[in-house]
Amino acid sequence: MTLSMLQGEPTVITVGAGLLGEALDAQAVPRVDVAWRPPLPGTEEALATVLADPRRVRANEVAAGRLVSARPQLVGVRPAREALDLPPGTFLHAGPPIEWERASGPMRGALIGAMLLEGLAADPEEAERRLAAGEARLDSCHHHRTVGPMAGVVSPSMWVFEVRDAEHGGTAYCSLNEGLGKVLRYGAYGEEVLTRLRWMGEVLGPVLAATLDRAGPLDLRALATQALQMGDELHNRNRAATSLLVRELAPAVVEAAPTHAAEVLRFVNGNDHFYLNAGMAACKVGADAARDVPGSTMVVAMARNGTDFGIQVSGLGDRWFTGPSGVPDGLYLGAYGPQDANPDIGDSTITETAGLGGFAMAAAPAIVRFVGGDVADAVAATRSMYEITLAEHPAYQIPALGFRGTPVGVDVTLVARTGLLPVVNTGIAGRLAGTGQVGAGLVSPPASAFTAALEALAGESRAQIG
Amino acid sequence: MSTGDGPAVDLVLIRAGVYHDSVGLMGVSRALAALDGVEVAIVAMATELNLGLAGELGFTLPEARPADLLIAIRACDAATADAATGELDRRLTALAGRTAGGGPAEAPPRTTGAAARAHPADVVLVSVPGEHAFAEALDAVEAGLSVMVFSDNVPVAQEIVLKERARLRDVLVMGPDCGTAVIGGTGLGFANVLRPGPVGVVAASGTGAQQVTSLLDLAGAGVSHVLGVGGRDLSAAVGGLSTLRALAALDADPATELIVLISKPPAPEAADTVQRTLTTLATPAITALLDVPGASDLTAAAEAVLRALGLAVPRWPSWLAPAARRRGSALWGIYSGGTLCVEASIIAGRGTFTDYGDDAYTRGRPHPMIDPALRLEALAKVPEGDVALLDVVLGHGADPDPAVTLAPAVADATGRGVAVVVALVGTEGDPQGLHRQAKAFHSAGASVFVSNAHAARHAVALLGDAPESGVGT
Repeated sequence: MTLSMLQGEPTVITVGAGLLGEALDAQAVPRVDVAWRPPLPGTEEALATVLADPRRVRANEVAAGRLVSARPQLVGVRPAREALDLPPGTFLHAGPPIEWERASGPMRGALIGAMLLEGLAADPEEAERRLAAGEARLDSCHHHRTVGPMAGVVSPSMWVFEVRDAEHGGTAYCSLNEGLGKVLRYGAYGEEVLTRLRWMGEVLGPVLAATLDRAGPLDLRALATQALQMGDELHNRNRAATSLLVRELAPAVVEAAPTHAAEVLRFVNGNDHFYLNAGMAACKVGADAARDVPGSTMVVAMARNGTDFGIQVSGLGDRWFTGPSGVPDGLYLGAYGPQDANPDIGDSTITETAGLGGFAMAAAPAIVRFVGGDVADAVAATRSMYEITLAEHPAYQIPALGFRGTPVGVDVTLVARTGLLPVVNTGIAGRLAGTGQVGAGLVSPPASAFTAALEALAGESRAQIG
Repeated sequence: MSTGDGPAVDLVLIRAGVYHDSVGLMGVSRALAALDGVEVAIVAMATELNLGLAGELGFTLPEARPADLLIAIRACDAATADAATGELDRRLTALAGRTAGGGPAEAPPRTTGAAARAHPADVVLVSVPGEHAFAEALDAVEAGLSVMVFSDNVPVAQEIVLKERARLRDVLVMGPDCGTAVIGGTGLGFANVLRPGPVGVVAASGTGAQQVTSLLDLAGAGVSHVLGVGGRDLSAAVGGLSTLRALAALDADPATELIVLISKPPAPEAADTVQRTLTTLATPAITALLDVPGASDLTAAAEAVLRALGLAVPRWPSWLAPAARRRGSALWGIYSGGTLCVEASIIAGRGTFTDYGDDAYTRGRPHPMIDPALRLEALAKVPEGDVALLDVVLGHGADPDPAVTLAPAVADATGRGVAVVVALVGTEGDPQGLHRQAKAFHSAGASVFVSNAHAARHAVALLGDAPESGVGT
């Protein structure tokens, strides 16, 4: 046996006592020092068990490989009742499952709005009464191959983007983006909100469906790759991606629906976040491809319902691991302030799950002011995420980092070891039902969700390996 | 300990989630304790041991976890305590800055895996607290790098996993609890500066390897590599996994002409395979078995190596103190090296021997080769008329000048009628300088030997009831 370290003078990685590193410096030995810190408290035993699991390395290669090789294609736009087989009186919502009793203001507001939209109540009071009585069936979007931003409420008559993974064959869905301000996903349910939703169901959805029949499928992987190089991080900034989307679709919109083309294009153009929902479905279809790899410690969903922040892990099936949602730190619109903010909400963290959003901050220097920082902070945020991820995305690259791929595939064990939590960019909803958006900023997931997942991984490992 | 006029002020702080390594914190503690008016300063991770120390000193302590930083300061007045916390913050900031290389955009890696991905490297040196060492060492193995695990207190089950994975990845795991290694002239951990040469060492004992190689160096024989395997490698549970790999690696190494295996007697389960491997080596091999009464000692092993190389065995240097005024009545072995401690106690066959490098004494505090505090305390307690035998190990990683703290304590001891014998393990090339240290201890009244075995025999001879030594050569 030949040991490579015995050939020539070694370069040493040092981790631990500074004095032993200094002893190498005194010998002029080249070395790389690890800025080591103890893991999250109480995780030592579970970490040792999970790290020792012989399935882990390969399982994570498989899971991360599937996530980054997904080729999401926007294939259509369809009514949720049909695409998701949603019966009347059933609503999907963002985040891990939640009941009305524990639902936050914006979640309740969005559900009230959905009741009104579906004609299941005559006014908000009746809607609230019926919801409180348990007359509607609620379920997590994620349980239906679906994601929804903010409250993420999907009702049967809403139209959804349909995204297919040309690599692995999966399908995922996301609602259409309503724009900013007073919108259902932020918990507003006034008449203007409902009017817009009705128009989206009657005009926008059918026109986009006809457009995609002509122009689809649209390669969202290629589009996202372009947008990252144009200054988007594809969670809080979707301006470039939306522009690219319009450029791709506009001729077909005109051909498919000449009488509605102007209003449809004006609506899409007027909303810098229009791409977000298609992008979320693209992230979801990739993350779902990475599900259910036994032994994998990779996160396949991060999602918030406004009360709980939940994660799912590839090697742990459909189980949720939750902790309390935090209040984002960011900038507020108008006279709103932190006291008006609801705890973090929405499935849009699927973008961070797939290596975008906060993980791609270095690609989007234009939005760093949202977080009160400068460009160096954005670069530092992205760099720190390489510490807790399993791969670098082969297509999603960051020009400012020498076209390095974005950090992708959060590893629960690395979160526990470094104490670094995923960096999440997010919008901020008002805490009172009916308020709408009050700001945008950065938020940290609760560490307890990751430590709970780690414990479960350890339990599963012991059961499998003995 | 008296404090002038007013009552002393106790200041106890727990800082949650702040981490610094124990050696760095020791420097901070020392700096604070040196401030005028500060009686006691403990800045340490809040491990059970450190909390216990603070408790014994009379501090009232709140709940704390091992991941928290404990600060306990006793000062003559509140202003002094304040000044001390100011100094504390400056020192801790400096400590944090020490590891934060590069600008804000080039943050240092946070795990061994991240470091290995970002930088080409050949070997990893892990010295984080033992309960956290597995993750870092496994990162190294999974990155295809050999790793030295300096950390102790690593569970044996984790050691086995590491070594089995190392076999699959064709790398070597040295340790856990591996104190020394020399890779092509580079010393890792506690390592003496040795001349290059033909002797390759595989060692289950760090200080055992240091003693043998230091003596070889003195005699003009150099080493190719010293590969530590950890004290448990030849146990039944571990089965010699690393010993076998290290032997094979040295056998394949063109610079190694003679292999020396320094180990405790292998467990019967491991002995057969090791023996079989030894017979298949193309390179000649010598085995030095430790911890066996009547077997050869480390010095004898070094002499056997010299003979095998065809070199003369020199007279090992010693510096004798003026003849003891009276015969000692009891022997106290105050050691930092585990193998040296066992060797001396076997040779002496009597006395009270303590290895302050043992796991029990190093949880949450630096090794006694770096921090002499516990040994200074022990030496101060040796009763008048007794004999104290201690080791001083030189080399990279060890105390940069052990004589500074230990020699005055030795002088104190000899001054009150304790006979002190020092086993000085090191080479002239070591940063501390073998002769300079020998002279300092000799001037303090100690008898100094470069051979631990000779030091032990001399200590026994100083005892009043000493029979002729029947142990060793």
